[in-house]
Amino acid sequence: MLAFVLRRVFQSLLVLLVVGLVAFSMFRFVGDPVDNMLGQERTQADIDRLRTQLGLDQPFPVQYFKFLQGAVQGNFGVSYRQGRPVADIIAERAPATLELAAVSGLFAITLGIILGVFTAIRRNGVAANAIMTLSLIGVSLPTFLIGILLIYVFSVELDMLPSFGRGDVVDVGWWSTGFLTKSGLMALILPSITLGLYQMTLIMRLVRSEMLEVLRQDYIRFARARGLRERAVNFRHAIKNTLVPVITVTGLQLGSIIAFAIITETVFQWPGVGLLFINAVQFVDIPVMAAYLMLISVMFVAINLIVDLLYFAIDPRLRVDGRH
Amino acid sequence: MTDELVDIKGRAQAPRRSRLGEFFSSDFFYMFRRSPVAIISFAVVALLVLAALLAPLIAPYDPFNPASLNLMNGFTPPSTPNAFTGDTFLLGTDDQGRDVFSTILYGMRISLFVGFAAVLFAMVLGVLLGLIAGYVGGWIETLIMRIADIQLTFPSILVAMLIFGVAKGFTPVEYRDQMAIWVLIVAIGLSDWVQFARVVRGATLVEKNKEYVQAAKMIGRTGPAIMLKHILPNVLSPVLVIATISLALAIIAEATLSFLGVGAPPTQPSLGTLIRIGQGFLFSGEWWILLFPAATLLALALSVNLLGDWLRDALNPRLR
Repeated sequence: MLAFVLRRVFQSLLVLLVVGLVAFSMFRFVGDPVDNMLGQERTQADIDRLRTQLGLDQPFPVQYFKFLQGAVQGNFGVSYRQGRPVADIIAERAPATLELAAVSGLFAITLGIILGVFTAIRRNGVAANAIMTLSLIGVSLPTFLIGILLIYVFSVELDMLPSFGRGDVVDVGWWSTGFLTKSGLMALILPSITLGLYQMTLIMRLVRSEMLEVLRQDYIRFARARGLRERAVNFRHAIKNTLVPVITVTGLQLGSIIAFAIITETVFQWPGVGLLFINAVQFVDIPVMAAYLMLISVMFVAINLIVDLLYFAIDPRLRVDGRH
Repeated sequence: MTDELVDIKGRAQAPRRSRLGEFFSSDFFYMFRRSPVAIISFAVVALLVLAALLAPLIAPYDPFNPASLNLMNGFTPPSTPNAFTGDTFLLGTDDQGRDVFSTILYGMRISLFVGFAAVLFAMVLGVLLGLIAGYVGGWIETLIMRIADIQLTFPSILVAMLIFGVAKGFTPVEYRDQMAIWVLIVAIGLSDWVQFARVVRGATLVEKNKEYVQAAKMIGRTGPAIMLKHILPNVLSPVLVIATISLALAIIAEATLSFLGVGAPPTQPSLGTLIRIGQGFLFSGEWWILLFPAATLLALALSVNLLGDWLRDALNPRLR
């Protein structure tokens, strides 16, 4: 058990070091920071002084180490475009993205499991078949088209929901939340559906196929033979065993939600980290890109690690053979 | 495989039936004929590809020739004469008076070109790395597959965006618009090689212990020759399936990147760029500027996707 945990933690750290190297190389080799910071009238002395000041005259491994040291302390340098520390900008934008991701994750999980169980139990019903067909189209539809479609229906035609921005936000300490005002909650609806729809269909299809698999097992047949009611069989016996793969996929999809937030935030002009990143790519704002890369990889690696450990905790079979 | 005639050097001799005849009487073609989904989606893809290829012949206007544009024609609704000039456009015009039908045809060229080129790039890279990993093994295999694992942790669209951003930083400002298409191809291709590498590696591990590989080794063929001439043809069918599915993903990825403004430049608009432009007119009522490119993209992505799904079922006998 301990060996497994240690090995996974070690692997995760290794991944982070590699990503850190990529992020650092972006800094080091894309454009010359000295060029960016000094004006037209510079002398060789100015350049040399700045190089020493920035530590660019030191060997590569030393620079890399210093970069990592800074990154761990949350120091990612100064945005080329906004001239402010990247850490401040991200801290300001993070609540918007996290609230959006939380709501769409909740939407995807609840509706995904409900619809998945429903389509599995009523597997030959008209409604279940209609849902399955619709979900196939939903998977092929690019996220941004879903967003535009929702805006067209609910903002342009029905004029019910806002099409951009977060509405009114309330500051709770340093965290700005949209949960406490009506316009903030209204503004969350369309972006959350856009962002969560793909994950919802994915979870639904997974729950459905797992459920169908489980319903075929002997212990379910036995439960039926014992005369248990259909509802008890489905919800007390079957659903529990469908949840292990669901947790894995849901966990891994959590990362995707954050990544796809870039697209949703652009469609809805949602002032989050994703919009910040896409603007950074457009204007080649390397410090912001590098910081985003580091942050998102920490998140991805952490999610992967937690999912692996959870898997281990939930499925006792993995513990028996000691490996994996 | 068994009825193929083989000469003394191990080369296959000319098949007895013509290739085309063999294809028409194959199981594969039989299954294709029996599946309406496959026929319809193939027809849609073929039609769209043909339209894109023949764009200069079909398109009524050249949207990139400023001389053919008339600003007075701006915002003409589909198939209704313009109030000032009396010109009629099948699918209407955009704000600058460009014919939407023509821009879609030319935009599809860019979308398809980027999609095909990116998948080709990913396929060559992934197949080569997969072959090497599977055949050579050792630390090379560990290195390649570890990189693949790490990359697989991140969604490919994010990887493509990062590569695009970094590559943009490398290109001088004056070349950025010209290079954007190529950068896009490399970015999408690099974000998508992992699937190919994993599948090819797995298949190579199985193939390399078979007798024909042993025989090839025995007659003294070198590693690269065995990999490319003997193993590669036997691992290609799953590659074909992944390539089709990747094509749909690549087309969507390209459209997404262009929609976000980090893909095809406005001077060479792809379907995604057109949708980005069209979104601006959603609230002012010029729906056709958005709807027609979006519908085209959807038809393209959906039919390629369905074709890929069908191909996977058809080439995988276990699922029959």
